[in-house]
Amino acid sequence: MSKKSSLFANLFLIIIFFVLYAPIFYLIFYSFNSGGTMSGFDGFTLDWYKELFSNTRLLIIVLNTVVIALLSALISTIIGVLGAIGIREMKRRKNQNTILGLNNVLIVSPDVIIGASFLILFTMAGVKLGFYSVLLSHIAFSIPIVVIMVLPKLTEMSPSLIDAARDLGASRWNVLTKVILPYITPGIFAGFFMALTYSLDDFAVTFFVTGNGFSTLSVEIYSLARQGISLNINALSALIFLVTVVLVIVYYYISRRAGNQNVGGLRR
Amino acid sequence: MKNLIRAFLAVLVVSIVCLVVINRLNASAGYSSANTLTVYNWGDYIDEEVIKQFEDETGITVIYETFDSNEAMMTKIKQGGTTYDVAVPSEYMIQKMIEEDLLIELDRTKLPNLKNIDERFMDLSFDPGNKFSVPYFWGTVGIVFNTKMLPDMDFNSWDDLWNPELKNDILLVDSAREVIGMSLNSLGYSLNDINKDHLQEAKEKLNTLTPNIKAIVGDENKLLMMNGEAPVALVWSGDASEIMFENEDLDYSVPEEGSNLWFDNMVIPKTAKNIEGAHQFINFMLDAEVAAQNTEYVSYSTPNKEALKYMPEDMVNDERFYPSPELTDKLEVYDNLGKRNLAYYNALFLEFKMYRK
Amino acid sequence: MENKVTRNLYMIPYALWIIFFVIAPILLVVYYSFLDIEGNFSIVNYQNFFTSTYLKMTFSSFWYAFLITAISLLVAYPTALFLTRTKHKQLWLLLIIVPSWINLLLKAYAFIGIFGAYGTANNILEFIGVGSQQILFTDFSFVFVSVYIFIPFMILPIFNALESLNPTLLDAANDLGASKWATFLRVVFPLTINGVKSGCQVVFIPALSLFMLTRLIAGNRVITLGTAIEQHFLVTQDWGMGSTIAVFLIIIMFVIISLTGIRKRGA
Repeated sequence: MSKKSSLFANLFLIIIFFVLYAPIFYLIFYSFNSGGTMSGFDGFTLDWYKELFSNTRLLIIVLNTVVIALLSALISTIIGVLGAIGIREMKRRKNQNTILGLNNVLIVSPDVIIGASFLILFTMAGVKLGFYSVLLSHIAFSIPIVVIMVLPKLTEMSPSLIDAARDLGASRWNVLTKVILPYITPGIFAGFFMALTYSLDDFAVTFFVTGNGFSTLSVEIYSLARQGISLNINALSALIFLVTVVLVIVYYYISRRAGNQNVGGLRR
Repeated sequence: MKNLIRAFLAVLVVSIVCLVVINRLNASAGYSSANTLTVYNWGDYIDEEVIKQFEDETGITVIYETFDSNEAMMTKIKQGGTTYDVAVPSEYMIQKMIEEDLLIELDRTKLPNLKNIDERFMDLSFDPGNKFSVPYFWGTVGIVFNTKMLPDMDFNSWDDLWNPELKNDILLVDSAREVIGMSLNSLGYSLNDINKDHLQEAKEKLNTLTPNIKAIVGDENKLLMMNGEAPVALVWSGDASEIMFENEDLDYSVPEEGSNLWFDNMVIPKTAKNIEGAHQFINFMLDAEVAAQNTEYVSYSTPNKEALKYMPEDMVNDERFYPSPELTDKLEVYDNLGKRNLAYYNALFLEFKMYRK
Repeated sequence: MENKVTRNLYMIPYALWIIFFVIAPILLVVYYSFLDIEGNFSIVNYQNFFTSTYLKMTFSSFWYAFLITAISLLVAYPTALFLTRTKHKQLWLLLIIVPSWINLLLKAYAFIGIFGAYGTANNILEFIGVGSQQILFTDFSFVFVSVYIFIPFMILPIFNALESLNPTLLDAANDLGASKWATFLRVVFPLTINGVKSGCQVVFIPALSLFMLTRLIAGNRVITLGTAIEQHFLVTQDWGMGSTIAVFLIIIMFVIISLTGIRKRGA
């Protein structure tokens, strides 16, 4: 690679990273503004952070968001992994494709359609709008993602591995826990994190199916952004960013370790 | 497999810890005790001090929740899963809710403070005899403008908005009846007009306003006006007085062709759990001193004639927000036009929003 | 026999999910699309859809979604390409993804401040002598913020496609005397076309339904099909019309997918 083009490449990447992070640092910067607005920096203060921690309502909302994300990712991972194994074991190719087609409907549907159709569904079924309707929705739109993340791992697994285990007298349960699951572990983790991301990122679906004062962060920010700027939100974004970075670092290490272990495990 | 189980347990533990903390927080804020009252109101539409006072006096914990449009509120109440004890819809929505049997009849014996309400605001067409609702605030629709940015405009007429000098300057509210209504008013038609030709004419006129429109927004118009992002906005009077308090360059005008007179009334939805508490709350809000304090905070116009005595003179005498009865005569209250006509209004509004110069 | 029972057993939750959260919602949406505003059975919604308002809306939704996708691709492809050439590329890729973990609404909220009349963007414009401009509530701000939001989702599949490219192919092209540009056009790009396709898919479809951005950033000056669905469901209470638009969006979606094949985010 010539020097000139690499300079250009680096410059390009620097600009991209700058643009990607600018809004985030912009929010964080003003979270320390004593002026109370997002224009003109008057002086340094930590008041917004103090106010944030005394704002019980906002804290509850943050925790709600986390709980919904964790639980929905967890449950959808379990259901999704089981579903993927089931799809893999289907004998007829045609059935498999039908199920996969249905599986992918929610992945490719725009959020508004998922939200609107779930709102109709919950209304018809008489489900109370609130924690459970949001949790159910998040589980529902996360399942197909897990399936899609896990399935390639399952298909790349050679069938002889299972046959061998069977021949050695392993029960179905043993085959599942000792052979299949360990093999697809990276896929499961990837699916879980994808589901987590989708859930944390979701606004549209939650906006449709929430009620009874149950609120997640994005729904709350939407209404706050319409009411006026409060630097509490900036303080909150700073903290979220911090937590995200920590999580990413942890994830990076875990995935590297898990990746290595997996390779090692196979060799053994 | 060990990895998986460990990860599974870790996630579960974290979730449970979070749930416990949420419960704790809820409990500490009193949200989960038995004696609660859920109030469903517009955002920033009550003085929190007043809520605290009510809680201290009655021992009831108030859960205050907000909505940003009558329609959104109606959806959530109609959907059924909700347990709001007191809600504060606007008049046309109250009529609709009465028709759809979503409200509980009020027990007058539990509302002695009702006598404080000015008779002008009682027994109106949307709720004859005030069987289901009690006035909370009232106001008009008008134009708020920045006198510094537009030194020689007064906006005494709706047509002033069509001034070509205002290119890209106007903020409208994202609400079909207000926007089409202003066009109807400027053409001399009634706000409750359902004549399709008149409505078409109003929409055509709105289309010619397009070059002047900066954005069609919700509550954020307050912030945008306050910060001087835009010089003119179509607003509800209460929003106007609120932002005029923050930014002294702003002024408010109700154009002389007439405008909307609106009410936000307190009601008890069918889904209410704490009906006794709901009556207590409504009666408390009708108390003269409480209403005065609340009005000073919210800065909308209060229908409570006794409360006026506890409020600063300049506030009570401000003709922009307490227009004389003669002026009030020119104002119209929205009727419920029925689903079909409303859908027509909405379709026209959508067409207008889609219109590009 | 035992085989079949256990298989069916663990398929139960998944099967239930398909029935209740995939099939049922679609059927309900189709059912509602035949109800007029008063709840009577009719095809009036479909007649309405074929009026100029909704056809125009469909067209402009597509136009914006197309713009957003095209610009995202133009920015994302070189980014992904350059990323694959850096040291510690996995770490850099992760850093590209991090912003997508910050809530979309928070980022939109930041842009309201940045693009405001007295925001940073205008300060910079003033500083370089261009003078203050209206940025918020324009097509530009809407497209910009949308592209910003979608960029990581476009970069990811392209990056992965580039990563799985066999380097010997490049060497071969080089040895055969192909110029860099020719190598890119004839070898690299065709071999990563699947990554590009999945990137486009994960951007284009959500871009049709960005109702929060059309409101917060575009000030309702841009109306997409998504905005209209949200309005009909949550504001005007015309679930029938909302469902009709949804039905069309679903049909359109199936057409796009059958043209490009199923993809996923981060494939």
